[in-house]
Amino acid sequence: MVDSKQQWKAWLYLSPAVVLLLIFTVWPIYNTIKMSLLEGFTTMGSVNGVQYQFGFGNFTRVLQYPGFITCLKNTVLLCVLTVPISTFLALLIAVCLNAIRPLQRLLQTIFFLPYVTNSIAIGMVFAAMFNMIMGGGARPDSVGIINNVLEALGLNYINWLNYGSSYWANIAVMVVYIVWNALPFKILILLGGLQSVNKQYYDAAKVDGTSKVRTFTRITVPLLSPMIAYVVITGFIGGFKEYSSIVGIFGESMGPVGNPYSLDTMVGFIYRAIGNQEGTASAAALILFAIIFVVTMINLAVSKKNTHY
Amino acid sequence: MSEIKTMQIRDMHKVSATQKVMKVITQILLYTFLGLMALIVIFPFYWMIISSIKTMDEYRRAIPTLIPEYFDFRNYVEVFMSEDLLLGRLFANTVFVGVVSTVLSLIITVLSAFAFARLEFKGKNAMFAALLATMMIPGELFTITNYQTVNTFGWMKTFTVLIVPFLVSVFYIYLLRQNFLQIPNELYLAAKVDGTTDFKYLWKVMIPLALPTIISITILKMMGAWNSYMWPRLVANDDEHRLITNGLRTAFTNAEGVTDIPVQMAAVAVVSLPLFLVFIFLRKYIMKGVSRSGIKG
Repeated sequence: MVDSKQQWKAWLYLSPAVVLLLIFTVWPIYNTIKMSLLEGFTTMGSVNGVQYQFGFGNFTRVLQYPGFITCLKNTVLLCVLTVPISTFLALLIAVCLNAIRPLQRLLQTIFFLPYVTNSIAIGMVFAAMFNMIMGGGARPDSVGIINNVLEALGLNYINWLNYGSSYWANIAVMVVYIVWNALPFKILILLGGLQSVNKQYYDAAKVDGTSKVRTFTRITVPLLSPMIAYVVITGFIGGFKEYSSIVGIFGESMGPVGNPYSLDTMVGFIYRAIGNQEGTASAAALILFAIIFVVTMINLAVSKKNTHY
Repeated sequence: MSEIKTMQIRDMHKVSATQKVMKVITQILLYTFLGLMALIVIFPFYWMIISSIKTMDEYRRAIPTLIPEYFDFRNYVEVFMSEDLLLGRLFANTVFVGVVSTVLSLIITVLSAFAFARLEFKGKNAMFAALLATMMIPGELFTITNYQTVNTFGWMKTFTVLIVPFLVSVFYIYLLRQNFLQIPNELYLAAKVDGTTDFKYLWKVMIPLALPTIISITILKMMGAWNSYMWPRLVANDDEHRLITNGLRTAFTNAEGVTDIPVQMAAVAVVSLPLFLVFIFLRKYIMKGVSRSGIKG
């Protein structure tokens, strides 16, 4: 039996969290849904006593707005490119790390280093590495260190992110940076998973004379599948909220000089609508939530089918 | 007969010799691959540091120097003296917001986690499930309304607006509750028999036992303040309250959009240094906290 004194005490302990959650979590859920269903809602208008009609106009308008479609396209593209690349690379690195003894801890620490960085600050370093510095001549004074490496390999230099750079060059820069940023977390989780795999499975495979490749695909990957599913799901959730890495590289203009917002994302779109177009922002945020929800559910369903515990 | 036996033994030796060679080759390949990847991972940090001690003339050369010709620390002097960045102010603001929000957040988290782990009340499980469900919602959905709310409260351009809306983290409550649940209930009942108050038990027994988790939460929360960008830019991007990341992004780029990269790199290095120091000394806690969260900051 729960005595009333303990009831009272429990709520006392919970009260600060409950008050803050009501104001900053529960109310926003209700209010954002409400604003999304009031056509063309703006805070300014509502303060001035404008009455808004109920309907799905915000959703249909957002989905027809070319700026939003660009954001949606960029977000999905970056997700689809970076999640598989970073997961595969992280798996490869984790498996290799697990197979060595000396220097393992040092290398593990190095691979974790990108995690403890400010994604805006290091984005600026990546921008500098890809950046060209123009001079008077046809060829830039400096083509940037990445292009120097390309030229050393006998390739031509590429305009990655300066004025007049192509969309795909911009996307390539973003993919490199996002993958670099995503590796540490994935390696940490996958290596943790590998280290907890029971050694007996490998001994059994060795006795049976199973090849290394077969051991990997038939033992390591299945046993690791819960962790792989976990990093893929968190990768997609993070990927759909991509924003600050682009600000780090391209700045608030979300695109190269002369082509602003060409790399804008869903979150970028929502942020720019805050403070002037709340109805639109709310609809966009709910669409983002719906996408994340659906993708997570699909991932869960797929991983449930392929996961072996 | 004996000849066959020696041949067999010789064959066995041969097999183990090839195996040994294979093993050495595999190890060489492993270390080469990992070394190469490690170089790629580290290179941006190296480039940041060497660029920050180059002059602009050396930086813009067609063939870059991998080791600066001479170490020029004037860029750092410029960073600290800059009217453009006001680094001291940004540091002070960020540390203040980070410390206050971490302390308050820890108090709230500990109290809530204790209630969920040890106290009994109606609707406990339903409420906990509802809390966990909110973790699925992207933060931007809350931000739209919270922007209106803090405006109504008159909190724009204050430190309050940078601290209060993010004090409750459902994830940290969850993390600490799980940790508290591992502490045997017998300890609690024994303390009750001895007449220890709940609060004293929490303070003297549970917090010390859950200290590693609490340290992890502290570090992640501090890192969050150091790295926060979007919310501060929306609600308190004035000179008096600006946080470090917001100041950094726009500094050292002139009106024509031309950036003084070496100075900018020096600023990035200065901003990154505290994170590296924290990482070097508290690596264990960070990695433990991160492996259970998947959340940056």
